[in-house]
Amino acid sequence: MEKNPPALVVDNLRKRFGLEEVLKGLSLNANEGDVISMLGASGSGKSTFLRCINLLEIPDSGSVTVRGETIHMATDRAGNPAPADMRQVVRLRAQLGMVFQNFNLWSHMTVLDNVAEALIHVLKLSKIEAYERAQATLEKVGLSDRRDYYPAHISGGQQQRAAIARALAMEPAVMLFDEPTSALDPELVGEVLKVMRTLADEGRTMLVVTHEIGFARDVSNRVIFLHEGLIETEGTPQAMFSNPESDRFRQFLSNTLH
Amino acid sequence: MALPAYATLPQRLWHYTYLAICAIVLFFLVMPLIAVIPLSFSKSPFLHFTPELLALDPDAFSLRWYRIMMGDCSDPGITTVCSDRWKDGAWNSLRIGLAATILATTLGILCALGLSRPHMPFRKGIMALMISPLIVPLIITASGLFFAFAKWQLVSTFTGMILAHTVLGLPFVVITVTATLVGFDTNLMKAAASLGGTPVRSFFKVQLPLITPGVISGALFAFITSFDEVVIVLFIGGQNQITLPRQMWSGIRQEISPTILSVATILVILSILLLTTVELLRRRTERLRGVSPG
Repeated sequence: MEKNPPALVVDNLRKRFGLEEVLKGLSLNANEGDVISMLGASGSGKSTFLRCINLLEIPDSGSVTVRGETIHMATDRAGNPAPADMRQVVRLRAQLGMVFQNFNLWSHMTVLDNVAEALIHVLKLSKIEAYERAQATLEKVGLSDRRDYYPAHISGGQQQRAAIARALAMEPAVMLFDEPTSALDPELVGEVLKVMRTLADEGRTMLVVTHEIGFARDVSNRVIFLHEGLIETEGTPQAMFSNPESDRFRQFLSNTLH
Repeated sequence: MALPAYATLPQRLWHYTYLAICAIVLFFLVMPLIAVIPLSFSKSPFLHFTPELLALDPDAFSLRWYRIMMGDCSDPGITTVCSDRWKDGAWNSLRIGLAATILATTLGILCALGLSRPHMPFRKGIMALMISPLIVPLIITASGLFFAFAKWQLVSTFTGMILAHTVLGLPFVVITVTATLVGFDTNLMKAAASLGGTPVRSFFKVQLPLITPGVISGALFAFITSFDEVVIVLFIGGQNQITLPRQMWSGIRQEISPTILSVATILVILSILLLTTVELLRRRTERLRGVSPG
Protein backbone atom coordinates (compact mmCIF):
# COMPACT_ATOMS: atom_id res chain seq x y z
CA MET A 1 0.00 0.00 0.00
CA GLU A 2 1.28 3.43 -0.91
CA LYS A 3 2.00 5.62 2.04
CA ASN A 4 0.53 9.14 2.15
CA PRO A 5 3.14 11.76 1.32
CA PRO A 6 4.30 13.85 4.29
CA ALA A 7 2.34 17.06 4.85
CA LEU A 8 5.35 19.27 4.33
CA VAL A 9 8.92 18.62 3.19
CA VAL A 10 11.43 21.45 3.08
CA ASP A 11 14.78 20.64 1.57
CA ASN A 12 17.98 22.63 1.93
CA LEU A 13 16.36 26.08 1.98
CA ARG A 14 18.72 29.04 1.61
CA LYS A 15 17.94 32.74 1.79
CA ARG A 16 20.24 35.73 1.66
CA PHE A 17 19.35 39.34 2.44
CA GLY A 18 22.08 41.43 0.86
CA LEU A 19 25.36 40.10 2.19
CA GLU A 20 23.86 38.29 5.11
CA GLU A 21 22.85 34.68 4.69
CA VAL A 22 19.81 34.23 6.92
CA LEU A 23 19.01 30.62 6.08
CA LYS A 24 21.97 28.38 5.39
CA GLY A 25 20.32 25.24 4.13
CA LEU A 26 17.39 24.30 6.35
CA SER A 27 15.54 21.04 5.89
CA LEU A 28 12.42 19.85 7.62
CA ASN A 29 9.99 16.98 7.30
CA ALA A 30 6.55 17.23 8.83
CA ASN A 31 4.23 14.23 8.76
CA GLU A 32 0.48 14.55 9.10
CA GLY A 33 -0.34 15.40 12.69
CA ASP A 34 3.12 16.62 13.62
CA VAL A 35 3.30 19.66 15.87
CA ILE A 36 6.74 21.15 15.46
CA SER A 37 7.95 24.03 17.60
CA MET A 38 10.78 26.15 16.30
CA LEU A 39 12.78 28.00 18.88
CA GLY A 40 15.72 30.30 18.47
CA ALA A 41 17.08 33.68 19.41
CA SER A 42 15.83 36.64 17.41
CA GLY A 43 17.72 36.83 14.14
CA SER A 44 18.13 33.08 13.93
CA GLY A 45 15.96 32.99 10.80
CA LYS A 46 12.81 31.40 12.23
CA SER A 47 10.32 33.85 10.78
CA THR A 48 12.14 34.07 7.45
CA PHE A 49 11.99 30.30 7.28
CA LEU A 50 8.19 30.32 7.66
CA ARG A 51 7.82 33.07 5.08
CA CYS A 52 9.97 31.14 2.63
CA ILE A 53 7.78 28.07 3.01
CA ASN A 54 4.71 29.83 1.57
CA LEU A 55 6.88 32.03 -0.65
CA LEU A 56 6.01 35.33 0.96
CA GLU A 57 9.78 35.55 0.77
CA ILE A 58 11.37 33.91 -2.26
CA PRO A 59 14.11 31.49 -1.16
CA ASP A 60 17.40 31.60 -3.08
CA SER A 61 17.55 27.83 -3.38
CA GLY A 62 16.04 24.70 -1.95
CA SER A 63 12.62 23.18 -2.37
CA VAL A 64 9.26 23.11 -0.63
CA THR A 65 6.90 20.17 -1.09
CA VAL A 66 3.32 20.27 0.19
CA ARG A 67 1.54 16.89 0.33
CA GLY A 68 3.83 15.53 -2.37
CA GLU A 69 3.63 18.55 -4.70
CA THR A 70 6.89 20.46 -5.10
CA ILE A 71 6.79 24.19 -5.84
CA HIS A 72 8.51 24.74 -9.17
CA MET A 73 11.17 27.41 -9.11
CA ALA A 74 12.84 29.18 -12.02
CA THR A 75 14.89 32.34 -12.51
CA ASP A 76 13.47 35.63 -13.69
CA ARG A 77 14.96 37.90 -16.35
CA ALA A 78 17.30 39.52 -13.83
CA GLY A 79 18.60 36.10 -12.84
CA ASN A 80 16.89 36.07 -9.44
CA PRO A 81 15.01 33.01 -8.27
CA ALA A 82 11.27 33.25 -8.84
CA PRO A 83 8.38 30.83 -8.83
CA ALA A 84 7.96 29.21 -12.22
CA ASP A 85 4.19 29.08 -11.99
CA MET A 86 2.53 31.75 -9.87
CA ARG A 87 -0.79 29.92 -10.10
CA GLN A 88 0.75 26.89 -8.44
CA VAL A 89 2.10 29.08 -5.65
CA VAL A 90 -1.30 30.68 -5.13
CA ARG A 91 -2.91 27.23 -5.01
CA LEU A 92 -0.39 25.81 -2.56
CA ARG A 93 -0.52 28.87 -0.33
CA ALA A 94 -4.15 28.03 0.31
CA GLN A 95 -2.81 24.74 1.70
CA LEU A 96 -0.47 26.54 4.09
CA GLY A 97 -2.52 28.47 6.63
CA MET A 98 -0.42 31.25 8.11
CA VAL A 99 -0.99 33.01 11.40
CA PHE A 100 0.98 36.23 11.76
CA GLN A 101 2.52 37.88 14.78
CA ASN A 102 0.41 41.02 14.26
CA PHE A 103 -2.82 39.17 13.34
CA ASN A 104 -3.18 41.11 10.06
CA LEU A 105 -6.96 40.97 10.12
CA TRP A 106 -8.58 43.13 7.45
CA SER A 107 -9.90 46.10 9.35
CA HIS A 108 -12.69 46.90 6.87
CA MET A 109 -14.43 43.56 7.39
CA THR A 110 -16.19 42.05 10.37
CA VAL A 111 -14.64 39.02 12.04
CA LEU A 112 -17.06 36.73 10.20
CA ASP A 113 -16.28 38.32 6.82
CA ASN A 114 -12.56 38.01 7.51
CA VAL A 115 -12.99 34.27 7.92
CA ALA A 116 -15.44 33.79 5.05
CA GLU A 117 -13.63 35.94 2.47
CA ALA A 118 -11.06 33.39 1.29
CA LEU A 119 -13.61 30.58 1.49
CA ILE A 120 -15.75 32.42 -1.05
CA HIS A 121 -13.05 33.74 -3.35
CA VAL A 122 -10.30 31.12 -3.11
CA LEU A 123 -12.11 27.88 -2.31
CA LYS A 124 -15.12 29.09 -4.36
CA LEU A 125 -17.63 27.90 -1.78
CA SER A 126 -21.15 29.25 -2.06
CA LYS A 127 -21.90 32.14 0.29
CA ILE A 128 -24.15 29.96 2.44
CA GLU A 129 -21.54 27.20 2.78
CA ALA A 130 -18.78 29.73 3.39
CA TYR A 131 -20.63 31.54 6.17
CA GLU A 132 -21.66 28.25 7.75
CA ARG A 133 -18.08 27.06 7.80
CA ALA A 134 -16.84 30.44 9.02
CA GLN A 135 -19.39 30.40 11.81
CA ALA A 136 -18.43 26.85 12.82
CA THR A 137 -14.74 27.76 12.85
CA LEU A 138 -15.39 30.84 14.96
CA GLU A 139 -17.28 28.66 17.44
CA LYS A 140 -14.26 26.39 17.63
CA VAL A 141 -12.00 29.28 18.63
CA GLY A 142 -14.67 30.58 21.01
CA LEU A 143 -15.44 33.74 19.10
CA SER A 144 -18.94 33.27 17.71
CA ASP A 145 -20.29 36.06 19.92
CA ARG A 146 -17.82 38.49 18.29
CA ARG A 147 -18.56 37.57 14.70
CA ASP A 148 -20.14 40.91 13.76
CA TYR A 149 -17.44 43.04 15.39
CA TYR A 150 -14.78 44.86 13.43
CA PRO A 151 -11.21 43.89 14.38
CA ALA A 152 -10.50 47.29 15.94
CA HIS A 153 -13.23 46.67 18.51
CA ILE A 154 -11.98 43.37 19.97
CA SER A 155 -8.94 42.54 22.11
CA GLY A 156 -5.61 41.37 20.75
CA GLY A 157 -6.24 37.83 21.96
CA GLN A 158 -9.60 37.78 20.21
CA GLN A 159 -8.03 39.20 17.05
CA GLN A 160 -5.41 36.49 17.03
CA ARG A 161 -8.06 33.81 17.57
CA ALA A 162 -10.01 35.29 14.65
CA ALA A 163 -6.84 35.17 12.56
CA ILE A 164 -6.37 31.51 13.52
CA ALA A 165 -9.98 30.84 12.50
CA ARG A 166 -9.35 32.60 9.17
CA ALA A 167 -6.42 30.30 8.40
CA LEU A 168 -8.06 27.22 9.89
CA ALA A 169 -11.31 27.53 7.93
CA MET A 170 -9.35 26.85 4.74
CA GLU A 171 -8.62 23.34 6.08
CA PRO A 172 -4.94 23.70 5.20
CA ALA A 173 -2.45 20.83 5.07
CA VAL A 174 -0.17 22.66 7.47
CA MET A 175 -0.76 25.59 9.81
CA LEU A 176 2.20 27.96 10.06
CA PHE A 177 2.33 30.10 13.20
CA ASP A 178 4.73 33.05 13.17
CA GLU A 179 5.21 34.02 16.83
CA PRO A 180 1.45 34.11 17.37
CA THR A 181 1.63 35.34 20.97
CA SER A 182 4.56 37.77 20.80
CA ALA A 183 2.44 40.86 20.14
CA LEU A 184 -0.06 40.10 22.91
CA ASP A 185 -0.34 41.44 26.42
CA PRO A 186 0.69 38.72 28.86
CA GLU A 187 -2.83 38.15 30.15
CA LEU A 188 -4.10 37.46 26.62
CA VAL A 189 -1.48 34.84 25.70
CA GLY A 190 -3.31 32.02 27.47
CA GLU A 191 -6.50 32.08 25.38
CA VAL A 192 -4.52 31.90 22.13
CA LEU A 193 -2.31 29.06 23.38
CA LYS A 194 -5.42 27.21 24.48
CA VAL A 195 -6.87 27.37 20.97
CA MET A 196 -3.55 26.18 19.51
CA ARG A 197 -3.48 23.31 21.97
CA THR A 198 -6.99 22.28 20.86
CA LEU A 199 -5.85 22.24 17.26
CA ALA A 200 -2.83 20.14 18.15
CA ASP A 201 -5.05 17.68 20.01
CA GLU A 202 -7.24 17.38 16.90
CA GLY A 203 -4.22 16.14 15.00
CA ARG A 204 -3.60 19.24 12.84
CA THR A 205 -0.16 19.51 11.33
CA MET A 206 1.40 22.63 12.82
CA LEU A 207 4.69 24.44 12.48
CA VAL A 208 5.00 26.96 15.29
CA VAL A 209 7.67 29.62 15.62
CA THR A 210 7.41 30.68 19.22
CA HIS A 211 9.03 31.94 22.36
CA GLU A 212 6.60 30.00 24.54
CA ILE A 213 8.80 27.31 26.04
CA GLY A 214 5.81 25.82 27.85
CA PHE A 215 3.92 25.30 24.58
CA ALA A 216 6.97 23.76 22.92
CA ARG A 217 7.49 21.40 25.84
CA ASP A 218 3.90 20.36 26.51
CA VAL A 219 2.14 20.45 23.14
CA SER A 220 4.60 19.78 20.34
CA ASN A 221 5.96 16.39 19.47
CA ARG A 222 9.16 17.79 17.99
CA VAL A 223 11.27 20.79 18.88
CA ILE A 224 13.76 22.41 16.54
CA PHE A 225 16.30 24.92 17.77
CA LEU A 226 17.68 27.28 15.15
CA HIS A 227 20.95 29.10 15.45
CA GLU A 228 22.20 31.51 12.77
CA GLY A 229 20.23 29.98 9.95
CA LEU A 230 20.99 26.36 10.73
CA ILE A 231 19.32 23.69 12.81
CA GLU A 232 21.48 23.52 15.91
CA THR A 233 19.62 20.68 17.54
CA GLU A 234 16.26 18.94 17.32
CA GLY A 235 14.39 16.15 19.01
CA THR A 236 11.40 15.24 21.10
CA PRO A 237 10.50 17.73 23.82
CA GLN A 238 11.34 15.17 26.50
CA ALA A 239 14.84 14.65 25.16
CA MET A 240 15.39 18.32 24.38
CA PHE A 241 14.27 19.80 27.67
CA SER A 242 15.25 17.20 30.23
CA ASN A 243 18.68 16.62 28.80
CA PRO A 244 19.74 19.28 26.29
CA GLU A 245 22.74 18.10 24.32
CA SER A 246 23.59 21.42 22.77
CA ASP A 247 25.35 24.02 24.89
CA ARG A 248 23.77 26.80 22.83
CA PHE A 249 20.29 25.41 23.45
CA ARG A 250 21.02 25.10 27.15
CA GLN A 251 22.23 28.70 27.11
CA PHE A 252 19.09 29.79 25.21
CA LEU A 253 16.85 28.02 27.71
CA SER A 254 18.51 29.57 30.72
CA ASN A 255 18.28 33.03 29.09
CA THR A 256 14.63 32.56 28.22
CA LEU A 257 13.51 31.12 31.53
CA HIS A 258 14.98 33.89 33.64
CA MET B 1 -11.08 76.45 23.09
CA ALA B 2 -12.57 77.38 26.44
CA LEU B 3 -10.39 79.58 28.58
CA PRO B 4 -9.31 78.00 31.88
CA ALA B 5 -10.39 79.83 35.06
CA TYR B 6 -6.79 80.54 36.05
CA ALA B 7 -5.88 82.32 32.78
CA THR B 8 -3.92 85.53 33.30
CA LEU B 9 -4.93 88.88 31.79
CA PRO B 10 -2.47 88.69 28.83
CA GLN B 11 -3.68 85.15 28.15
CA ARG B 12 -7.28 86.36 28.15
CA LEU B 13 -6.42 89.28 25.87
CA TRP B 14 -4.59 87.01 23.42
CA HIS B 15 -7.44 84.51 23.50
CA TYR B 16 -10.00 87.09 22.39
CA THR B 17 -7.64 88.68 19.84
CA TYR B 18 -7.08 85.21 18.41
CA LEU B 19 -10.82 84.57 18.12
CA ALA B 20 -11.29 87.97 16.46
CA ILE B 21 -8.56 87.23 13.89
CA CYS B 22 -10.17 83.89 13.10
CA ALA B 23 -13.55 85.54 12.67
CA ILE B 24 -12.16 88.18 10.32
CA VAL B 25 -10.39 85.59 8.17
CA LEU B 26 -13.52 83.49 7.91
CA PHE B 27 -15.61 86.58 7.15
CA PHE B 28 -13.40 87.57 4.21
CA LEU B 29 -13.32 84.03 2.89
CA VAL B 30 -17.03 83.37 3.09
CA MET B 31 -18.60 86.79 2.55
CA PRO B 32 -18.18 86.99 -1.24
CA LEU B 33 -19.86 83.61 -1.52
CA ILE B 34 -22.72 84.54 0.75
CA ALA B 35 -23.30 87.92 -0.90
CA VAL B 36 -24.13 86.16 -4.14
CA ILE B 37 -27.03 84.20 -2.67
CA PRO B 38 -29.56 87.00 -1.86
CA LEU B 39 -28.70 88.86 -5.07
CA SER B 40 -29.57 85.79 -7.12
CA PHE B 41 -33.11 85.99 -5.73
CA SER B 42 -33.43 89.70 -6.51
CA LYS B 43 -36.07 90.91 -8.93
CA SER B 44 -33.88 93.72 -10.16
CA PRO B 45 -31.73 93.00 -13.23
CA PHE B 46 -28.84 94.96 -11.71
CA LEU B 47 -26.14 93.46 -9.55
CA HIS B 48 -26.60 95.53 -6.43
CA PHE B 49 -28.52 95.45 -3.17
CA THR B 50 -31.60 97.64 -3.68
CA PRO B 51 -33.17 99.26 -0.56
CA GLU B 52 -36.22 96.99 -0.98
CA LEU B 53 -33.95 93.95 -0.97
CA LEU B 54 -32.26 95.10 2.22
CA ALA B 55 -35.68 95.79 3.80
CA LEU B 56 -36.60 92.15 3.03
CA ASP B 57 -39.62 93.32 1.02
CA PRO B 58 -41.17 90.15 -0.50
CA ASP B 59 -41.85 92.00 -3.76
CA ALA B 60 -38.15 92.57 -4.29
CA PHE B 61 -37.48 88.82 -4.46
CA SER B 62 -38.18 86.47 -7.33
CA LEU B 63 -37.05 83.25 -8.93
CA ARG B 64 -36.93 84.76 -12.41
CA TRP B 65 -33.16 84.29 -12.86
CA TYR B 66 -33.49 80.66 -11.87
CA ARG B 67 -36.27 80.26 -14.45
CA ILE B 68 -34.12 81.85 -17.11
CA MET B 69 -31.23 79.64 -16.09
CA MET B 70 -33.44 76.61 -16.64
CA GLY B 71 -34.22 77.85 -20.17
CA ASP B 72 -37.69 79.27 -19.40
CA CYS B 73 -37.88 82.32 -21.67
CA SER B 74 -41.45 83.38 -20.84
CA ASP B 75 -40.20 86.20 -18.57
CA PRO B 76 -41.40 89.50 -20.15
CA GLY B 77 -38.53 91.54 -18.76
CA ILE B 78 -35.75 89.53 -20.35
CA THR B 79 -33.01 91.79 -21.63
CA THR B 80 -30.41 89.12 -22.23
CA VAL B 81 -30.02 86.08 -24.41
CA CYS B 82 -32.27 83.31 -23.21
CA SER B 83 -31.66 79.73 -24.24
CA ASP B 84 -30.80 76.30 -22.95
CA ARG B 85 -27.13 77.22 -22.80
CA TRP B 86 -26.92 76.93 -18.97
CA LYS B 87 -28.47 73.51 -19.01
CA ASP B 88 -26.22 72.48 -21.88
CA GLY B 89 -23.21 73.88 -20.04
CA ALA B 90 -24.07 71.99 -16.88
CA TRP B 91 -24.56 68.81 -18.85
CA ASN B 92 -21.21 69.24 -20.66
CA SER B 93 -19.41 69.99 -17.40
CA LEU B 94 -20.90 66.92 -15.79
CA ARG B 95 -20.04 64.64 -18.68
CA ILE B 96 -16.49 65.87 -19.07
CA GLY B 97 -15.96 66.05 -15.30
CA LEU B 98 -17.19 62.53 -14.60
CA ALA B 99 -15.28 60.95 -17.48
CA ALA B 100 -12.08 62.81 -16.58
CA THR B 101 -12.51 61.87 -12.90
CA ILE B 102 -12.93 58.18 -13.67
CA LEU B 103 -9.88 58.20 -15.96
CA ALA B 104 -7.73 60.27 -13.60
CA THR B 105 -8.70 58.13 -10.60
CA THR B 106 -7.96 54.84 -12.32
CA LEU B 107 -4.64 56.01 -13.75
CA GLY B 108 -3.74 57.85 -10.55
CA ILE B 109 -4.27 54.76 -8.37
CA LEU B 110 -2.14 52.65 -10.71
CA CYS B 111 0.56 55.31 -10.73
CA ALA B 112 0.53 55.67 -6.94
CA LEU B 113 0.75 51.89 -6.52
CA GLY B 114 3.76 51.79 -8.81
CA LEU B 115 5.43 54.71 -7.06
CA SER B 116 4.93 53.13 -3.64
CA ARG B 117 6.84 49.98 -4.56
CA PRO B 118 10.15 49.90 -2.72
CA HIS B 119 12.23 49.09 -5.80
CA MET B 120 10.63 51.55 -8.21
CA PRO B 121 13.34 53.16 -10.38
CA PHE B 122 13.23 56.93 -11.15
CA ARG B 123 10.60 57.37 -8.46
CA LYS B 124 11.34 61.05 -7.81
CA GLY B 125 11.51 61.92 -11.50
CA ILE B 126 8.22 60.24 -12.29
CA MET B 127 6.55 61.82 -9.27
CA ALA B 128 7.73 65.28 -10.36
CA LEU B 129 6.41 64.65 -13.85
CA MET B 130 3.05 63.47 -12.55
CA ILE B 131 2.47 66.49 -10.35
CA SER B 132 3.87 69.01 -12.86
CA PRO B 133 0.39 70.08 -14.08
CA LEU B 134 -0.08 71.52 -10.57
CA ILE B 135 3.07 73.61 -10.79
CA VAL B 136 3.36 74.55 -14.46
CA PRO B 137 1.23 77.65 -15.16
CA LEU B 138 -2.09 76.55 -16.57
CA ILE B 139 -1.72 78.74 -19.63
CA ILE B 140 1.47 76.86 -20.57
CA THR B 141 -0.19 73.48 -20.12
CA ALA B 142 -3.17 74.72 -22.11
CA SER B 143 -1.17 76.02 -25.05
CA GLY B 144 1.05 72.92 -25.03
CA LEU B 145 -1.98 70.67 -25.07
CA PHE B 146 -3.50 72.80 -27.82
CA PHE B 147 -0.57 72.26 -30.19
CA ALA B 148 -0.26 68.57 -29.33
CA PHE B 149 -3.98 67.94 -29.66
CA ALA B 150 -4.17 69.94 -32.89
CA LYS B 151 -1.81 67.44 -34.46
CA TRP B 152 -4.01 64.54 -33.36
CA GLN B 153 -7.31 66.22 -34.28
CA LEU B 154 -8.39 66.29 -30.64
CA VAL B 155 -9.13 70.01 -30.43
CA SER B 156 -12.85 70.80 -30.18
CA THR B 157 -13.69 67.22 -29.26
CA PHE B 158 -15.05 65.70 -26.07
CA THR B 159 -12.19 63.19 -26.09
CA GLY B 160 -9.69 66.04 -26.12
CA MET B 161 -11.45 67.86 -23.27
CA ILE B 162 -11.64 64.69 -21.18
CA LEU B 163 -7.97 63.85 -21.76
CA ALA B 164 -6.89 67.40 -20.92
CA HIS B 165 -8.89 67.44 -17.69
CA THR B 166 -7.56 63.99 -16.83
CA VAL B 167 -4.06 65.43 -16.96
CA LEU B 168 -5.13 68.23 -14.58
CA GLY B 169 -6.88 65.88 -12.16
CA LEU B 170 -4.16 63.23 -12.10
CA PRO B 171 -1.79 64.98 -9.64
CA PHE B 172 -4.51 65.21 -6.98
CA VAL B 173 -5.24 61.50 -7.17
CA VAL B 174 -1.54 60.56 -7.24
CA ILE B 175 -0.77 62.75 -4.22
CA THR B 176 -3.69 61.68 -2.01
CA VAL B 177 -3.42 57.99 -2.87
CA THR B 178 0.37 57.96 -2.39
CA ALA B 179 -0.13 59.59 1.01
CA THR B 180 -2.77 57.01 1.95
CA LEU B 181 -0.53 54.16 0.82
CA VAL B 182 2.20 55.32 3.21
CA GLY B 183 -0.14 54.41 6.08
CA PHE B 184 -1.22 51.15 4.48
CA ASP B 185 0.00 48.02 6.24
CA THR B 186 1.39 45.80 3.47
CA ASN B 187 1.17 42.85 5.85
CA LEU B 188 -2.57 42.83 5.13
CA MET B 189 -1.72 42.00 1.53
CA LYS B 190 0.64 39.27 2.73
CA ALA B 191 -2.22 37.84 4.78
CA ALA B 192 -4.39 37.81 1.65
CA ALA B 193 -1.58 36.16 -0.33
CA SER B 194 -1.04 33.57 2.41
CA LEU B 195 -4.67 32.51 2.04
CA GLY B 196 -4.27 31.90 -1.67
CA GLY B 197 -5.46 35.27 -2.93
CA THR B 198 -4.19 36.32 -6.33
CA PRO B 199 -2.55 39.77 -6.41
CA VAL B 200 -5.40 41.31 -8.42
CA ARG B 201 -8.16 39.91 -6.23
CA SER B 202 -6.28 40.85 -3.06
CA PHE B 203 -5.99 44.38 -4.38
CA PHE B 204 -9.71 44.72 -5.02
CA LYS B 205 -10.81 42.96 -1.82
CA VAL B 206 -8.27 44.24 0.69
CA GLN B 207 -6.13 47.14 -0.47
CA LEU B 208 -8.65 49.16 -2.48
CA PRO B 209 -11.36 49.21 0.23
CA LEU B 210 -8.78 50.31 2.79
CA ILE B 211 -7.37 53.16 0.70
CA THR B 212 -10.84 54.31 -0.41
CA PRO B 213 -10.79 57.49 1.75
CA GLY B 214 -7.71 58.69 -0.13
CA VAL B 215 -9.15 57.61 -3.46
CA ILE B 216 -12.39 59.48 -2.83
CA SER B 217 -10.75 62.72 -1.78
CA GLY B 218 -8.43 62.51 -4.79
CA ALA B 219 -11.37 61.84 -7.10
CA LEU B 220 -13.29 64.73 -5.56
CA PHE B 221 -10.40 67.12 -6.17
CA ALA B 222 -10.06 65.84 -9.73
CA PHE B 223 -13.77 66.36 -10.35
CA ILE B 224 -13.82 69.86 -8.88
CA THR B 225 -10.70 70.79 -10.85
CA SER B 226 -12.42 69.78 -14.05
CA PHE B 227 -15.73 71.29 -13.02
CA ASP B 228 -14.43 74.83 -12.44
CA GLU B 229 -11.69 74.87 -15.06
CA VAL B 230 -11.92 77.56 -17.74
CA VAL B 231 -8.49 78.11 -19.34
CA ILE B 232 -8.18 74.68 -20.93
CA VAL B 233 -11.77 74.87 -22.15
CA LEU B 234 -10.97 78.13 -23.92
CA PHE B 235 -8.08 76.46 -25.75
CA ILE B 236 -9.32 72.92 -26.37
CA GLY B 237 -13.10 73.17 -26.19
CA GLY B 238 -15.14 74.00 -29.25
CA GLN B 239 -18.73 75.18 -29.66
CA ASN B 240 -20.02 71.79 -28.54
CA GLN B 241 -17.85 71.61 -25.43
CA ILE B 242 -19.00 74.79 -23.69
CA THR B 243 -18.90 73.92 -20.02
CA LEU B 244 -20.53 75.77 -17.15
CA PRO B 245 -17.46 77.85 -16.22
CA ARG B 246 -16.90 78.64 -19.90
CA GLN B 247 -20.53 79.76 -20.14
CA MET B 248 -20.15 81.91 -17.03
CA TRP B 249 -16.98 83.41 -18.42
CA SER B 250 -18.65 84.50 -21.65
CA GLY B 251 -21.80 85.46 -19.75
CA ILE B 252 -19.84 87.87 -17.56
CA ARG B 253 -18.05 89.36 -20.55
CA GLN B 254 -21.03 89.85 -22.83
CA GLU B 255 -23.80 90.77 -20.45
CA ILE B 256 -24.15 91.24 -16.76
CA SER B 257 -27.16 89.23 -15.78
CA PRO B 258 -28.10 87.91 -12.34
CA THR B 259 -28.57 84.52 -14.02
CA ILE B 260 -24.88 83.98 -13.37
CA LEU B 261 -25.56 84.51 -9.67
CA SER B 262 -28.24 81.83 -9.68
CA VAL B 263 -25.79 79.44 -11.31
CA ALA B 264 -23.18 80.37 -8.72
CA THR B 265 -25.65 79.83 -5.88
CA ILE B 266 -26.57 76.41 -7.19
CA LEU B 267 -22.88 75.52 -7.45
CA VAL B 268 -22.18 76.68 -3.89
CA ILE B 269 -25.07 74.61 -2.55
CA LEU B 270 -24.01 71.57 -4.57
CA SER B 271 -20.43 71.79 -3.28
CA ILE B 272 -21.61 72.06 0.31
CA LEU B 273 -23.88 69.03 -0.14
CA LEU B 274 -21.14 67.03 -1.83
CA LEU B 275 -18.52 67.75 0.84
CA THR B 276 -20.98 67.11 3.67
CA THR B 277 -22.00 63.77 2.21
CA VAL B 278 -18.42 62.64 1.76
CA GLU B 279 -17.49 63.74 5.27
CA LEU B 280 -20.51 61.98 6.80
CA LEU B 281 -19.66 58.79 4.92
CA ARG B 282 -16.05 59.02 6.07
CA ARG B 283 -17.09 59.42 9.71
CA ARG B 284 -19.47 56.50 9.45
CA THR B 285 -16.71 54.25 8.06
CA GLU B 286 -14.33 55.40 10.75
CA ARG B 287 -16.84 54.69 13.49
CA LEU B 288 -17.45 51.18 12.16
CA ARG B 289 -13.85 50.21 11.64
CA GLY B 290 -12.31 51.96 14.59
CA VAL B 291 -9.09 53.63 13.53
CA SER B 292 -8.93 53.59 9.75
CA PRO B 293 -5.67 53.96 7.86
CA GLY B 294 -5.19 57.20 6.02
